[in-house]
Amino acid sequence: MMSLGPYASFIVTSYAAAAVVVAILIGWIALDHRNQTQRLRELDRSGVTRRSGRSAMDAS
Amino acid sequence: MSLIDLANPTRFLALTARVLPWLAAATIILLAIGLYQSAYAPDDYQQGATVKIMFIHVPNAWLSMFVWGVMSIASLGTLVWRHPLADVAAKAAAPIGAAFTFLALLTGSLWGRPMWGTYWEWDARLTSVLILFLMYLGLMALWRAVDDPSRAARAAAVLTLVGAINLPIIKFSVDWWNTLHQPASVMRMGGSALDKSFLIPLLVMAIAFTLLFVTLHLAAMRNEILRRRVRSLQMMQASRVAFSNETGTGSRGQNASNEVGAAG
Repeated sequence: MMSLGPYASFIVTSYAAAAVVVAILIGWIALDHRNQTQRLRELDRSGVTRRSGRSAMDAS
Repeated sequence: MSLIDLANPTRFLALTARVLPWLAAATIILLAIGLYQSAYAPDDYQQGATVKIMFIHVPNAWLSMFVWGVMSIASLGTLVWRHPLADVAAKAAAPIGAAFTFLALLTGSLWGRPMWGTYWEWDARLTSVLILFLMYLGLMALWRAVDDPSRAARAAAVLTLVGAINLPIIKFSVDWWNTLHQPASVMRMGGSALDKSFLIPLLVMAIAFTLLFVTLHLAAMRNEILRRRVRSLQMMQASRVAFSNETGTGSRGQNASNEVGAAG
């Protein structure tokens, strides 16, 4: 077991804060991707297609 | 695939779909190695175990400036070369850069309290990084304030390039002014002043965080392309409805605009 000395709370808080902020970033990006693909799927179902004739979901 | 091919959003989406899982895996592996090395790095003879905060603070501080650098290059891409993905890259990078800058400030503050006896000091380095954070927030607000992405892109590009003046100020603030913050100890003339037992974990963590940025940036760019595709399709759908209402014949309107353009 490693010893973090008298300032352990500062060290642990730093790493925990970094983990929380990175987790929020990942979660936000993943959620955004899900929302956008869902909206594209709905548009696709309603018959709105791209000029190229491809589905709006192509390569997404 | 050449660089010019990436100007096509559909090809870019296909590339990110292939590359993202590999980038994510490499990031996780390097982060795990970096965290292990950081945990078992020796204590500093003056700072004790608090030196471990350096392994998380320094990569975030570097990235806070690196991301603005990426946004500045993307802004040149918008204003000079009019690359179709340049403003997508700039917009997607801003919240990630803001998060890294926030972490640099927070972890620096948590490192400062036991070492300097204070969480905050209005010295040149800390203040210029705080200004960088506020500029990130300002850019994000600007992107949200303007509806049309191409109009917002030009204004944001100009603001980003003006804000890039802050980067050398941050870098050299510790040399130009008498600051509480220590001078550069890794990237400096005459080589690093850090012992290998600290330098290696620090570099591994820096590469891991850079990979994390690249991964998140590509994923955020993919989202932005999809958002613009949605916006474009919704606008065409709305114009189709308006056209149908005007003519009073739904079938004609449907045939006229069932195929619409979209980003990519």
